Amino acid sequence: MTFINYASREINCKIVYYGPGLCGKTTNLQYIFDKTNPAAKGKLISLATETDRTLFFDFLPLELGTVRGFKTRFHLYTVPGQVFYDASRKLILKGVDGVIFVADSQVERMDANVEAIENLETNLKTQGYDLSAIPYVLQLNKRDLPNVASVDEMKKLLAKKNEPIFEAVAAKGPGVFETLKGVAKLVLADLTKSG
Amino acid sequence: MAPDIVMYEEEFNQIKAIISKLRVDANSKVVFLVDKNGQQIAAHGDIENLDTTSLASLTAGNVAATDGLARLIGEKEFSILFHEGEKDNIHISIVAQRVILVVIFDERSSLGLVRLRVKKASEELNRVFANIMAKVEREKAQAGAAFESPFAEITDEDIDSLFSE
Repeated sequence: MTFINYASREINCKIVYYGPGLCGKTTNLQYIFDKTNPAAKGKLISLATETDRTLFFDFLPLELGTVRGFKTRFHLYTVPGQVFYDASRKLILKGVDGVIFVADSQVERMDANVEAIENLETNLKTQGYDLSAIPYVLQLNKRDLPNVASVDEMKKLLAKKNEPIFEAVAAKGPGVFETLKGVAKLVLADLTKSG
Repeated sequence: MAPDIVMYEEEFNQIKAIISKLRVDANSKVVFLVDKNGQQIAAHGDIENLDTTSLASLTAGNVAATDGLARLIGEKEFSILFHEGEKDNIHISIVAQRVILVVIFDERSSLGLVRLRVKKASEELNRVFANIMAKVEREKAQAGAAFESPFAEITDEDIDSLFSE
């Protein structure tokens, strides 16, 4: 649910990073935070446990510049990946404009990926959204690890529609901004349709 | 799914007037409005040294979590949340079912006064948001034919240029 403020000429969009536990959602946000010009970003807020597992969400506001005279603000959120935080995950999807699914490329995490993507579909439905209709991209993370599944295999298993797919190594940076840009494009393109 | 909020100049000014009056009447430090998704709508008061964006997002998270708690025990919602600190306190309430009104105050005011003034301001805000929703509906109805979205012409180049740094 994009919030358009005609009075101050701003568009605010909410992007959610979703995925199984330890797939690198927070790492994506951390990399964006580290590499963004300080003027364009706000504080990175992490509601995490003492062992750095996301408890409720991470939040990073980004100001990207203007489109057609409107300031664009992206609010990036991650959800807690661990299964028992499902109630919190549902809450964060409220009002989402675009979703990035971060998949863990390690072979032994495929089941967790599949389970998380199904969980995403279910939780979107309870908020009144349809995965096939909302702006959505898939990120295959941790491509630098030795025991990864092939891109084709992962596509077969995880692709839900013709979503853009990005390979990434969130800890080092490759693919992180490409993924964000991919979803931002879809979100803004969605605006041109619905106004 | 709730429809999009669109904010127009006229209503935005009314909202600003209401919250600035509330700040004075309730003798508070800061008053701000956030939508339930964490987007700040308007803020008034000593906000220079306040990270209002984070405040907005955390408030919305807080309200969402409390809503979840309410439903778990069979309540529709907890319409008021109050956090008491050593110096500053936060009073959070839901307005027009979808907007969060936050008042930050210290010992110069009191919970009773804040509650009283918030109640009055909420009634006014309810009216303004009802107007906004009616306007959005009207524009939606015309959307097919005449409504010209300001974003209809966003191009790939526009989007690329956002990421050009």
